[in-house]
Amino acid sequence: MAAAESYPEELKYHPEHDWAKVDGDTATIGITWYAQDALGEIVHFEPPEQGGSVAKDESYGEVESVKAVSDLVSPLSGEVIEVSKAVVDEPEKINEDPYGEGWLIKVRLSDPAEVDGLLDVSAYKELLSE
Amino acid sequence: MQTARRTPLYERHVALGARIVDFAGWEMPVQYTGIQEEHRAVRTSAGVFDVSHMGQLELSGAGALDYLQARLSNDLDRIGDGRAQYTLLTNDGGGITDDLIAYRRGDDDYLLVVNAANVEPDHAALPETTDVSDRYALLAVQGPEALERLGVELEPFTFRDDEVLGVRCLVAGTGYTGERGCELGCDPDDAARLWDAILACGVVPCGLGARDTLRLEACYPLHGNDISPERTPIEAGLGWACALDKEFTGAEALRRQKEEGTAERLVAFVLDDKGIPRQGMKVIEPPGEVTSGSLSPMLGIGIGLAYVPTGSAEPGTRVSVDLRGRARKGHIVKKPIYKREGA
Repeated sequence: MAAAESYPEELKYHPEHDWAKVDGDTATIGITWYAQDALGEIVHFEPPEQGGSVAKDESYGEVESVKAVSDLVSPLSGEVIEVSKAVVDEPEKINEDPYGEGWLIKVRLSDPAEVDGLLDVSAYKELLSE
Repeated sequence: MQTARRTPLYERHVALGARIVDFAGWEMPVQYTGIQEEHRAVRTSAGVFDVSHMGQLELSGAGALDYLQARLSNDLDRIGDGRAQYTLLTNDGGGITDDLIAYRRGDDDYLLVVNAANVEPDHAALPETTDVSDRYALLAVQGPEALERLGVELEPFTFRDDEVLGVRCLVAGTGYTGERGCELGCDPDDAARLWDAILACGVVPCGLGARDTLRLEACYPLHGNDISPERTPIEAGLGWACALDKEFTGAEALRRQKEEGTAERLVAFVLDDKGIPRQGMKVIEPPGEVTSGSLSPMLGIGIGLAYVPTGSAEPGTRVSVDLRGRARKGHIVKKPIYKREGA
């Protein structure tokens, strides 16, 4: 079942429809409700390598629906410390629970100050309404 | 600028919450609830597709049979009146201008149902025909329970004028999903009434997304992807639809090609690795190109059609596909890729 539209207050957002949940010098990263809805049923998650690095605003992996493939853009820079194996095995978790079980990667931030450049929920909602 | 056209069912699609996309200049529903769910409905029960964008050409009167026999690849004398036939419109080089279904209403009375994107080239190659596309709305009801739900009895590749759920239509035992079912051609003014009546029978509305994954599992080629004016029926494995013992446009080239063999063949493959092949991707080994690719909703793996060298086209042959820089392994399979037991 697809999730209902929501954008949690406690998350930070990237204009490419990614979210980050920052906890000290680590962040959990995923895609927003809007992104998963635009893609439709997600059937494949191509993750980055654990231990590899991701850079803010750059592609770190792919998600695919039956019809289309979409690049995943990292909202923050750092080292990939964990990849969601649950989503690799069951990519539909992204549709079912985009901010919970549908998280994609955990990153140790190389530049925590980048967080200040992300959107808060009201700024992201404003971007969606444009 | 040409604006996108809408079928008589456009409002119905929007009301059902369909995601609308442009397809061959038409605003068509790609999905309602989800491609995989709709796909499974057609494999397990029954689904209905609005395919009113497809074109219809008509030819009747003395000489109609001879005219079409000289221009279509299959032999219309192989079928009787009230029968339908898959056939190809080929060019001088044997390339495929379009693939279509010819309905034989009488010795000299034919209806041709053609791809939406090819109405103009088809009409140009068959100038004696009349474009009657605006006279038909077309609904495809497909799946193991399709005919039973509609209360229709019909053999594959037969058709008749009849009443279905209170609406006059051309009822044909044809489709593009690999399942039993029918296609219903009716007056555009009756389309919404017929659509509502079909849904009331518990038939699931399905979009073009599921239509594409269903036809790919069944290995039906899609014109513009797998077949084109640059590809011949011999390369595409459609020699069975070419009566090379008669004369038609391109027959000479095709006879020569059949005799000499072709450099490439269209094959079906599945990926053993994770990932989804897509149209335009390179096949690394044996060297070739993917012409259609998707996830198979029934098998849960990446599947596709590709042209590869004829010497490497046997089922079981290992393939490696370039998925955006990553080599993913798979193997060639016998067509169709998926067939339901009993279908």
